[in-house]
Amino acid sequence: MNIHAPFEPAHATASLAEADRLMTVCNSCRYCEGLCAVFPAMEMRRAFSDGDLNYLANLCHSCGACFHDCQFSPPHEFDVNVPKTLAIVRNDSYRAYVWPRAFSGLFHRNGLAISLIAAVSVAVFVAGFAAWHDPSVLFDAHTGPGAFYKLMPHDVMALLFGAAFAYAIVALAMGVRNFWKDIGEPLATLGEPASLWQAIKDACSLRHLDGGGVGCMNEDEAPTDRRRLYHHMTFYGFMLCFAATSTATLYHYVLGMEAPYPVYDLPVVLGTIGGIGLLVGPAGLLHAKWRRDPVLKDGSRTGMDVAFLAMLFLTSLTGLLLLVLRATPAMGLLLALHLGVVFSLFVTMPYGKFVHGIYRFLALVRYAREKRQIGGA
Amino acid sequence: MIGASTEYDVLVAGGGNAALCAAISARRAGASVLVVEAAPRFYRGGNTRHTRNMRCAHDAATETLSGPYFEDEFFDDLLRVTGGNTDEDLARMMIAESKRMLTWIAEQGVRFQPSLGGTLSLGRTNSFFLGGGRAMLNALYRTAESLGVEVVYDAEVVGLDIEGPQFRSARVRHAGRETAVRARTFVAASGGFEANIEWLKEGWGEIADNFLIRGTPYNRGTVLKMLINSGVRHIGDPTQCHAVAIDARAPKFDGGIITRLDCVVFGIVVNKHAERFYDEGEDVWPKRYAIWGRLVAAQPDQIAYIVFDASSLELFMPSLFPPVQASTLGELAGKLGIEATALERTVAAFNDAVRPGHFDHTSLDDCRTEGIEPQKSHWARRIEQAPFYAYPVRPGITFTYLGVKVDRRARMVMEDGRPADNMFAAGEIMAGNVLGQGYAAGIGMTIGSVFGRIAGREAAALVSSTCPSSEAA
Repeated sequence: MNIHAPFEPAHATASLAEADRLMTVCNSCRYCEGLCAVFPAMEMRRAFSDGDLNYLANLCHSCGACFHDCQFSPPHEFDVNVPKTLAIVRNDSYRAYVWPRAFSGLFHRNGLAISLIAAVSVAVFVAGFAAWHDPSVLFDAHTGPGAFYKLMPHDVMALLFGAAFAYAIVALAMGVRNFWKDIGEPLATLGEPASLWQAIKDACSLRHLDGGGVGCMNEDEAPTDRRRLYHHMTFYGFMLCFAATSTATLYHYVLGMEAPYPVYDLPVVLGTIGGIGLLVGPAGLLHAKWRRDPVLKDGSRTGMDVAFLAMLFLTSLTGLLLLVLRATPAMGLLLALHLGVVFSLFVTMPYGKFVHGIYRFLALVRYAREKRQIGGA
Repeated sequence: MIGASTEYDVLVAGGGNAALCAAISARRAGASVLVVEAAPRFYRGGNTRHTRNMRCAHDAATETLSGPYFEDEFFDDLLRVTGGNTDEDLARMMIAESKRMLTWIAEQGVRFQPSLGGTLSLGRTNSFFLGGGRAMLNALYRTAESLGVEVVYDAEVVGLDIEGPQFRSARVRHAGRETAVRARTFVAASGGFEANIEWLKEGWGEIADNFLIRGTPYNRGTVLKMLINSGVRHIGDPTQCHAVAIDARAPKFDGGIITRLDCVVFGIVVNKHAERFYDEGEDVWPKRYAIWGRLVAAQPDQIAYIVFDASSLELFMPSLFPPVQASTLGELAGKLGIEATALERTVAAFNDAVRPGHFDHTSLDDCRTEGIEPQKSHWARRIEQAPFYAYPVRPGITFTYLGVKVDRRARMVMEDGRPADNMFAAGEIMAGNVLGQGYAAGIGMTIGSVFGRIAGREAAALVSSTCPSSEAA
């Protein structure tokens, strides 16, 4: 009797085929539908294309609850491990959507690639400062407004970082385009205020990183909210630092006030609070990653996660050191270090873990649209 | 030695909802408690692993329940599903106690969620565990262990030292050795014997070899058998079990919920001779799914095939295995290993008997057959639109009804009608007291939680009254 021959739809990778198998298992169970957005989104489908699976994978926040709640997780013969499988599919999808495609190799050994780019970037800044002036300029104490620009003219700095940032935006936008096309969502969804607003609320609260209300199951089945807390510190720290830079830009061009600013001034206050978040948050996330149950991990992509967290941590650390030591002869080197790290953070944004936020947010936008449509139907 | 002490106030056999509720309530009352679970840690909890909700009476809607479910309605539902085969006194007591369980079980760390998806019909009566039964178990174990309950896995009770109505000790097999565990009281919460094929054969004969068991292989009824052999009164039909038709490709054990099939009402069901044998559209599926295990068990080789066509493919919940698919009925028969001409003949006869009607799978519609035996009373539509599909099905055993008799304090009752001195029972092992036959969604968990909590509380009370100096470990 030939009843064991299932019809397998073709998938681009073995991981996508495994994700399809799991979603078929999960769709016939549905016990996890209260945990997050992935399972309700799954229930809206009976068959899963690669685009659907990439959408679900990016919707998953990796809280791990469905693994510990599942009666079919390993060692059960059904071997249901949704967090791990979706992590692999998600990480694969970052490489698939990358622009330009020629850079997809950067995701291959991402930790190494990011480290090299950062090292080169720092070296170029140090060398640049030295070449631009007498090398001793690096080790002199500079104070007062415009002190930084003695090392690097403001216009050069603005142009360089503006260009790096603009490049990152373009590359990210192209990735977004690829993702949106792959999951087959109409462009119009991106213009729906209700979907966008819902996604903003879900993303800003990390609503789906708490196993449906009990917390994230990272190390074992005991739920905690630590990962959410650390992620909030990281994200809001990053946003505060971004706000600090934006405020400083306004100060410079609108008010004509040159950095460095006094410690009580807005750019410094925002940057300091954000910077502390950006130290504690990534450190906490890194710690949580080390403690994470290996069974939940995409073991081959730890480098990418670590590289991104390390870059955020270093951005903050060099920035805060620069603030503390800006009146000392260490300022020159620290400035080169800080600018080198920030520059490499910018240019590698489309080629590392940073993209997770973009694709997850977009997946949430689509989910908001789908959920509203089902609810209203 | 198993556990940290040489003697416990309460020894709990089992590791599911009933066992944990007993352990927690005894421990909260100050008793020292050892839980011995026969299964390894991953498979802990028996059938609780596969549950999803519990049925508790409540007088008003809550955050997760859409409306009130009064005690009388609960009792009426119980009378209906059991055909009156229930102990009214115990049942009413359990239903009254179930109202308190909603808050009590939440206090033990279990989280509820509103019913969603395909389960909306139970949204008023049943409380759904966030993440399902295993999430519920995880929460109970965390709470029990944080309170100081000792739990040993891979620890099967293989012997009971019972003198008259009094429990003295249990022999527990663990890590390749058998050890005597002494305890002042004993709570049996170790489930039924559905995974014990040899025992099932006593009621069903050799055909039980072809049954699939929906839960873990650890529900072997060892403790149940020893209790009955030690003079505890048994209750419930020893040959009966809850059997549904599940996908024949499911593993022998622990296929759980995902191998169930909800499509019988949309097609016809034939045996290995391609003959129909029962009215597939007799009633709505939730009221009929539990008879199909028995029906299939009565067919040759205990196998049957649900046959339907393309028009029905997306009308029911997906399940684990895809249906067998073919472009003609003959090809389908070939893939199933049944005779092609016989299947074609059966489908043709069925199609000829289908009367015109308005198909509506959400109600008892007027699509039926005429002039064919057995008739199909509802949802009868011609099977003619390729591709054709089939699911092979076998009896899937969920639980057994045989148990030990208990009183209102969850104390076992001996053959002579006197209560046992220090033996209590909770969960599936005594479910037959309340649920003599049939089933209603979530009621197994109600029985387990309510009687588990009572058993633990009563055991602890007995210990403190007979031995006031006893202190919790």
